[in-house]
Amino acid sequence: MTIPIRLTLNGHSQDIVLDDPRITLLDLLRERLDLTGAKKGCDRGQCGACTVIVDGRRINACLALAASLDGADILTIEGLAEGDALHPVQQAFLNHDGFQCGFCTPGQIMSAVGLIREGQAGTDPERIREGMSGNLCRCGAYAGILEAVREAALAPGRSEDAA
Amino acid sequence: MNLFEYTRATSLGEAVAAAQKPGAAYLAGGTNLLDLMKGGIAAPAHLVDITRLPGLSAIERLPDGGTRIGALVRNSDLANDPDFAETYPMVAEALLSGASAQLRNAATAGGNLLQRTRCEYFYDPASPCNKRAPGAGCAAIGAATRIHAVQGWSEHCIATNPSDFCVPLAALSAIVEIAGPQGSRTVPLTAFHCLPGAQPERETALGAGELITALVLPPEAAAFARNARYLKVRDRTSYAFAVVSAAAALTLDAGRIVEGRLALGGIALKPWRVAEAEAALAGRRPTPETYAAAARLALAGAEPTGAANAFKVELARRVAARALALAAAGTPARMPALPASPFGLA
Ligand SMILES: Cc1cc2nc3c(=O)[nH]c(=O)nc-3n(C[C@H](O)[C@H](O)[C@H](O)COP(=O)(O)OP(=O)(O)OC[C@H]3O[C@@H](n4cnc5c(N)ncnc54)[C@H](O)[C@@H]3O)c2cc1C
Ligand code: SF4
Ligand code: FES
Ligand code: FES
Repeated sequence: MTIPIRLTLNGHSQDIVLDDPRITLLDLLRERLDLTGAKKGCDRGQCGACTVIVDGRRINACLALAASLDGADILTIEGLAEGDALHPVQQAFLNHDGFQCGFCTPGQIMSAVGLIREGQAGTDPERIREGMSGNLCRCGAYAGILEAVREAALAPGRSEDAA
Repeated sequence: MNLFEYTRATSLGEAVAAAQKPGAAYLAGGTNLLDLMKGGIAAPAHLVDITRLPGLSAIERLPDGGTRIGALVRNSDLANDPDFAETYPMVAEALLSGASAQLRNAATAGGNLLQRTRCEYFYDPASPCNKRAPGAGCAAIGAATRIHAVQGWSEHCIATNPSDFCVPLAALSAIVEIAGPQGSRTVPLTAFHCLPGAQPERETALGAGELITALVLPPEAAAFARNARYLKVRDRTSYAFAVVSAAAALTLDAGRIVEGRLALGGIALKPWRVAEAEAALAGRRPTPETYAAAARLALAGAEPTGAANAFKVELARRVAARALALAAAGTPARMPALPASPFGLA
């Protein structure tokens, strides 16, 4: 059984033929499209390392069936920077040491982009912590992550862009 | 994950027809079903993708003052709809206290109702489980049962229903709209989930191939907007299932409770709503004694399944009484930073 789908991936339209209906969005990105930024931490919706933005909303790519996403617009960490110009959330993670080993970072950054777009948390630390609770960091870089998200939430401009 | 045949349904009729095949399951957000398939707990032969079905994604105010929530409305869209959250604040609070932002963005209203138990033994294919394999036995009985039931359990299954959303929905007498091969019908949410009895494999009132199309909140549910809370005690403040939770809603007039609603989560295989507990609120003054009396009645007949969950009986009483006190104090003007959390409350 093959399933043809069309995705807009980081701004580019792409036709894909799935040769197996079981392929998740995460496996499609990592194993077939060479976009290995989204990480497979748990593969069960528990860690957030696979967070990407689908049709403007952050989701766990490990619990989304690629076949179900025909026509979707997908933004991954690879599509965030504009050339050499980092996205404000990326820059804020650098400014505040929002990581240690970096494994959770692509998911943290995509989740923060989604959180800022949702517009519910503002710069309130408690609301940011709550809104980011779907992203675990085993290095415990939470303090830097929080500061990075606060700074990015204040940054003018690019948080509503790129998707 | 088992191999399956994938069908993307484009109409209700097509979906229901496709689901008549043996071993078929509907796919909505996939956040529970794919997890279970990855664990080898669910192995549907056919997946009928319902995410493209037209007409199931709206939140509609009905002419009679009720509200119809399409089965495909995402948990986050429902909780963050300003009109919905203002009218049914404890439903929004319960939704926002569940899972993570990413999961709520994918999870649907219908899927949330049908999420399976989080019993650890149910999730472990190596453990005997009457729900998965009728007659196999129940590995939870006599084992680690911290999250297991204190109301409505049987010697065949002691699991709990993990949904936060269902708790305030039960308190507000929500109605489940169902479409199936024989046409459509409705079932009250309080009669939708089955207690385990001798057939724990039978989980809901849905027949084979039936599809949830919507949830309807009746007109009177809107009366509780100003005094309604959801309170959820869990092992972490965020991103954790309830150990015990309660949805409480009141209407007040001249220093008295006119009508009270109370449902508990985490203590049974369905949201636990007790008519006697609510009757004990009506006409009384909103005092700690009133709340404690209602909470006692809500836990009447409660029995732990072992030493490991004995604490839940008293915890549930306290959570129920506290939720009633919070409801009486008034719905907060803004959603709390930590929805449904006992921390950070005044
Ligand atoms: C890590 C994690 C943490 C979580 N924490 C919480 C929590 O704290 N509180 C909480 O309440 N929930 C929690 N959840 C569960 C989550 O709420 C559910 O997974 C979600 O609501 C299911 O919705 P879905 O649309 O993704 O359903 P799916 O996974 O698509 O479907 C679930 C079931 O419902 C059936 N189905 C779906 N829609 C319909 C329909 N319209 N008609 C008939 N059948 C249908 C499917 O066949 C399947 O059997 C958590 C989940 C995860 C993975
Ligand atoms: S409590 Fe129920 S779900 Fe858990 S192992 Fe026993 S029968 Fe299965
Ligand atoms: S890999 Fe998807 S949530 Fe962990
Ligand atoms: S930086 Fe190592 S897991 Fe977060």
